[in-house]
Amino acid sequence: MQNQHQSPSAVLTPEAIAARVAPQDSPARATDDVARYALGLGDDALVLAQRLGSWIAAAPELEEDVALGNIALDTLGHARGLLTYAGSAWDQTEDDLAYFRDEADFRCRQIFERPNGDFACTIARQLVVSAYFTVLYRRLADSADPTLAAIAAKAVKEVEYHLDHATLWTVRLALGTEESRRRMIAGLEAIWPFVDELFAADPAADAVPAAAVAPAGLREPFDALLLPVLDQAELPVPGIAAVRGGGRLGVHSEALGPLLAEMQVLARRHPGAVW
Amino acid sequence: MTEEPRRETWPLWEVFVRSARGLSHVHAGSLHAPDAELAVRNARDLYTRRSEGVSIWVVPAAAITASDPDAKDAWFESPRGKDFRHATYYTASQAVPHL
Amino acid sequence: MPAEEPPTTASQEAARLAAFDSLIAADQRIEPTDWMPPAYRKALVRQMSQHAHSEIIGMQPEGNWITRAPSLKRKAILMAKVQDEAGHGLYLYSAAETLGTTRDEMLDALHSGKAKYSSIFNYLAPSWADMGSIGWLVDGAAIANQVPLCRASYGPYGRAMVRICKEESFHQRQGFEILLALMNGTDEQQAMAQESVNRWYAPALMMFGPPDAESPNSRQSMAWKIKRFSNDELRQRFVDMIVPQAEILGITLPDPDLRWNEERGHHDFGELDWAEFHAVLHGNGQANALRLAKRRAAHAEGEWVREAARAYAERTATSERMAS
Repeated sequence: MQNQHQSPSAVLTPEAIAARVAPQDSPARATDDVARYALGLGDDALVLAQRLGSWIAAAPELEEDVALGNIALDTLGHARGLLTYAGSAWDQTEDDLAYFRDEADFRCRQIFERPNGDFACTIARQLVVSAYFTVLYRRLADSADPTLAAIAAKAVKEVEYHLDHATLWTVRLALGTEESRRRMIAGLEAIWPFVDELFAADPAADAVPAAAVAPAGLREPFDALLLPVLDQAELPVPGIAAVRGGGRLGVHSEALGPLLAEMQVLARRHPGAVW
Repeated sequence: MTEEPRRETWPLWEVFVRSARGLSHVHAGSLHAPDAELAVRNARDLYTRRSEGVSIWVVPAAAITASDPDAKDAWFESPRGKDFRHATYYTASQAVPHL
Repeated sequence: MPAEEPPTTASQEAARLAAFDSLIAADQRIEPTDWMPPAYRKALVRQMSQHAHSEIIGMQPEGNWITRAPSLKRKAILMAKVQDEAGHGLYLYSAAETLGTTRDEMLDALHSGKAKYSSIFNYLAPSWADMGSIGWLVDGAAIANQVPLCRASYGPYGRAMVRICKEESFHQRQGFEILLALMNGTDEQQAMAQESVNRWYAPALMMFGPPDAESPNSRQSMAWKIKRFSNDELRQRFVDMIVPQAEILGITLPDPDLRWNEERGHHDFGELDWAEFHAVLHGNGQANALRLAKRRAAHAEGEWVREAARAYAERTATSERMAS
């Protein structure tokens, strides 16, 4: 159904970005440096969307199938915008980047690769990454790069909603039954070693300080969003050592390979095909 | 089946959506949710995926009091035949401007 | 709600039936609190819950391709479509609940194997082109079935169908466009599309149900204006629609007897394999066991989540009561 009630939205869709950067000499194309930064952000969102996509038809209740579907679609939308923009620097489409790069060429942080686990584990991951995306996109909306700023301005409203969704479920699972509390704690502990990496240095961000958001500066606002939720849910902050990370340098957990193999299998069987 | 009839897992909520500023909330449908906070969010996800709304109400279905369905005639007969409540009843003034 | 009804005299009974019949005859809608014949209620619950189950089970063959969709745009479209199917199941369960059957009861019937869903979802979708065939043929047949249901005599059903038909308008198109892209693609892609349509064509035609002569429930449903057209009428209408569409695709419909009949003003088509239809209906399809097992597993694995949310809601309601 067409959007009946509201004027066609002026949001920057992946297709609109693709059209804008299409001409060879388009000034809207990303520079090589900015593209490297956008690629990392795009990979984060893409890998997370791929994970969330496997919840559909498996959620605890039908209403939650729809809710997780919305979150997955939003996240995939962010990935598509960022990858389309990144690709403009190298004459590559979003699909070239998503389907025809190997594991070591991906730049996602490792937390996004974490398997879904049970619903509590997915909610724990969503809580952390939505809080992170919220503080990231809030700042990126002020980026000196107008395309990144526009992508972030739309995305921030969506991830704030994701954070709200994750917060509600974190509280319910943590304070619901004994079993749900046990699972919520386990989910949070499984994700916690990957939190620090979100704020580790990103050479691509350092290269374009005006366009990018410095990761280290996000820790404080992130804590300010996340810790009160853990407090409300009566969840202790896990005291677990952080993994070494390195996603922005192409170092990935063993979970990424199988994820990419599945995502890319069909496209790679038909290189050059149009779908 | 000898089992006890099972209790509904999550209660039923009725959803009302305002499609644009200036319009009333209109009944859109219903859904199940454990509590009001999740009900209104589920309603957002389910009933406004295509920009159908700018505001949502949810009401526990059990909280709705309805008119007596078996007494329709007694309830809704009275207005019939009282056409003088409608402007169209007044034909003598029909051609008068601004009236 | 079908609560215990007080005993009525024969004349009261006849009067209620006459009132119901006159509403149906006047093309008025029946609403949840109206009196209705028990058989009408039962037929509606059967049809609506079966329809809802079909939406929910129907998420699986396409859900299985979300992670492998060959482009990000197709991935987004497929996600939105499968999500719509969950939504449509929800609309239909809600509509059926107005007849006094809870969603839990309907889901129990599905999970126990007692309730039916559309047999079409007991076919496997091993190829990406099946996402095209399901959209074009399966959703196409579903829409042909559903559009008249927007005028079904039971109000909540008709209203749910209006919403569903509006939302589904993109489902068939996206399927058609998947096939169109394949047919405009490499030889391998074209072969993929043709192979898929070969598998889905006949099952899609069977979605309209057995021939009118063998469809015992149809006649009563039409008299009650739950159904508006017979199985064979809808099937014919669908064949007439897809033949020119197949020509645009450049795809061959796998039926040697398919040809235009000038005299009838319709396409003739070959006899369908109704033995196959009944075999799938009775559980011997490719995927009956798989679909049900996956559905049961999702429900069972969600039990602790639903329970946690319920416990939390009860606890907060209690503490609010104590605070006030």
